Amino acid sequence: MIRVKSTLAALGAASLLGISGLAQAGATLDAVQKKGFVQCGISDGLPGFSYADAKGQYLGIDVDVCRAVAAAVFGDASKVKYSPLTAKERFTALQSGEVDMLSRNTTWTSSRDAAMGLNFTGVTYYDGQGFLVNKELGVKSAKELDGATVCIQAGTTTELNLSDYFRANNLKYTPITYDTSDESAKSLESGRCDVLTSDQSQLYAQRIKLAKPDDYVVLPEVISKEPLGPAVRQGDEEWFDIVRWTLFAMLNAEELGITSANVEEKAKSTKNPDVARLLGVEGEYGKDLKLPKDWAVQIVKQVGNYGEIFDRNVGAGSELKIERGLNALWNNGGVQYAPPVR
Amino acid sequence: MRTIDNPRPAGGSLLTDPRARAWLFQILAVITVVAFGWYLFHNTQTNLAHRGITSGFGFLENAAGFGISQHLIDYSESDTYGRVFWVGLLNTLLVSVIGIFLATVMGFILGVGRLSSNWLIRQLATLYIEIFRNIPPLLLIFFVYFAVISPLPGPRNSLSLWDAVFVNNRGVQMPAPSAADGFWSFWLALLVALVAVVLLNRWARARRHATGQMFPVFWTSLGLFLAIPWLMTFIAGVPFTWEVPELQRFNIRGGWVVIPELVSIVVALSVYTAAFIGETVRSGIQSVSYGQTEAAASLGLRPGQVLRLVIVPQALRVIVPPLTSQYLNLAKNSSLAAAIGYPDMVSLFAGTVLNQTGQAIETMAITMSVYLAISISISLLMNWYNKRIALIER
Repeated sequence: MIRVKSTLAALGAASLLGISGLAQAGATLDAVQKKGFVQCGISDGLPGFSYADAKGQYLGIDVDVCRAVAAAVFGDASKVKYSPLTAKERFTALQSGEVDMLSRNTTWTSSRDAAMGLNFTGVTYYDGQGFLVNKELGVKSAKELDGATVCIQAGTTTELNLSDYFRANNLKYTPITYDTSDESAKSLESGRCDVLTSDQSQLYAQRIKLAKPDDYVVLPEVISKEPLGPAVRQGDEEWFDIVRWTLFAMLNAEELGITSANVEEKAKSTKNPDVARLLGVEGEYGKDLKLPKDWAVQIVKQVGNYGEIFDRNVGAGSELKIERGLNALWNNGGVQYAPPVR
Repeated sequence: MRTIDNPRPAGGSLLTDPRARAWLFQILAVITVVAFGWYLFHNTQTNLAHRGITSGFGFLENAAGFGISQHLIDYSESDTYGRVFWVGLLNTLLVSVIGIFLATVMGFILGVGRLSSNWLIRQLATLYIEIFRNIPPLLLIFFVYFAVISPLPGPRNSLSLWDAVFVNNRGVQMPAPSAADGFWSFWLALLVALVAVVLLNRWARARRHATGQMFPVFWTSLGLFLAIPWLMTFIAGVPFTWEVPELQRFNIRGGWVVIPELVSIVVALSVYTAAFIGETVRSGIQSVSYGQTEAAASLGLRPGQVLRLVIVPQALRVIVPPLTSQYLNLAKNSSLAAAIGYPDMVSLFAGTVLNQTGQAIETMAITMSVYLAISISISLLMNWYNKRIALIER
């Protein structure tokens, strides 16, 4: 009889827990504020995007997006905890609530946006899929890759684009699929495959990790559109807006010439109404987002504007030396464009 | 008339009747379990719908759109996720079946070797078991893949056997047979040989039971199997033409390919499981009293015959039940293949398909039921075999 009672009690407790697990608008921000940090899903080691340096500190564009969200919410960019995720794990981790946001060079596609219970908040990096090959093979174009063995990372859009491209060009290939980008790079080096395919930014990043980077070359073809951006769970518009406008704030800051060096001074002395609105001197735009008044100041001061982040992590100021290209601001020949704060 | 099993006092309520109460609790328990199950299902459904996550099994009809490095049935990128399921299942079964076969053969050799009268063989078998039993199988898989196969030369510098079989770090490429003139007559000849061997075996057993004389059944059977189809090729022509692999720009193409991922996983798992089977076999043999060996020897049987005809049949009764668990372990460990990119059930279905569709619950449920089904099939098969060889007491 006692056993029956305790079983029933356990069932009751379980059902209560189940009900409280439902998602609702505003729940994520409340939970984040309560626990005091943002749990951010990042990649499992990709120079320029998210990787740990010698001191174990995470660096990269994706990491900086997480830090910017923490700066906006808490006024402290260090209030982030990171969960390194493989491509396979990432969506489940976000869906199940293990992470509050995903900032993990993830391609924005219709099915991911609509069928997986996710919402992409914007594009942090416009990318496209390319090929990395050993120079020894003398390949000049991806069209010459008939019969090649290709290494890919499992569960990515690259896996699908690869098959589309080879089918469209009537080429044959053998795919070898690994869980992590490190494994596929290792297999390219050992000669298990002839070609490594991934987003071009990743290829540059993986190339510098190889033992002899100069033996490998990135082919000119870009075979797909890969807009990479942060994602949050569907159904919580408040949190969605915060993550989305964090990126927009960084883009607007760059456009308005606000940098981490001059942001505080500008906040005090600006005459420009655009700057005043973004930095919270004029209006209550932070409050609309349920953020402090100086949210954008904190983002730019502690993390930087978009241009600074790009340069530091993947651009001229980094080992990767990737050109701004598509990722330049719209008034500078690129497609990065943010709606205004007003 | 009052019966003992109905001790309800006259006028007592239904609640005080122990039988009625027992029923009541049974029914309550069933209702609780069903309600809890339904609640879990409903809760999952509601939450999935609430979060905008697609559910259901409709995705199995959708085109997969990705390539697979090894498929035993025809597969192309435009096939469905349902087809991917079968490709993954067959790849998993392939590893399990080859692995179980190799592990059993190696395990029996090890088990017998452990009890050999030859000091060197005994020590070698012990050494093998103690080493491989104590290394995690995942490390063995990595070792074979990265330390044994990766350092092999690339396709352009393959090690080749008569320019027909090539070994390199992309696997083993060998000629593939395709049907020619003598194709059907070849299979017919094999069938004839098979019937002849079965008849020969029956005759030999009958003669042995009647007269006690032994007949070299194994060698005669082997001879028949080789000679009959071979003679047939002179009459009907060659059964196969061979498609020989050739070096092209990137790879050696044509013929059959055994991919290195398959080699790694099969070698590692059979080496690992063989160590356990070896111990199982040793304990099985030791469970047969030594008097049996002496008795058989005194009847004039040679050591090989003693083992084959007297010891092993009795030892099997002790060996088979633990052997079943080793087979189950191997089948389940085959899921480690995902770590080196072998396209098995876990890597393909619970990996790529899960990720492309985002339907974690459905794909995981399907994958788990597949392993359950494989394991239960192995258990049933082994239980049936165990019953067949069990001691029949007369």
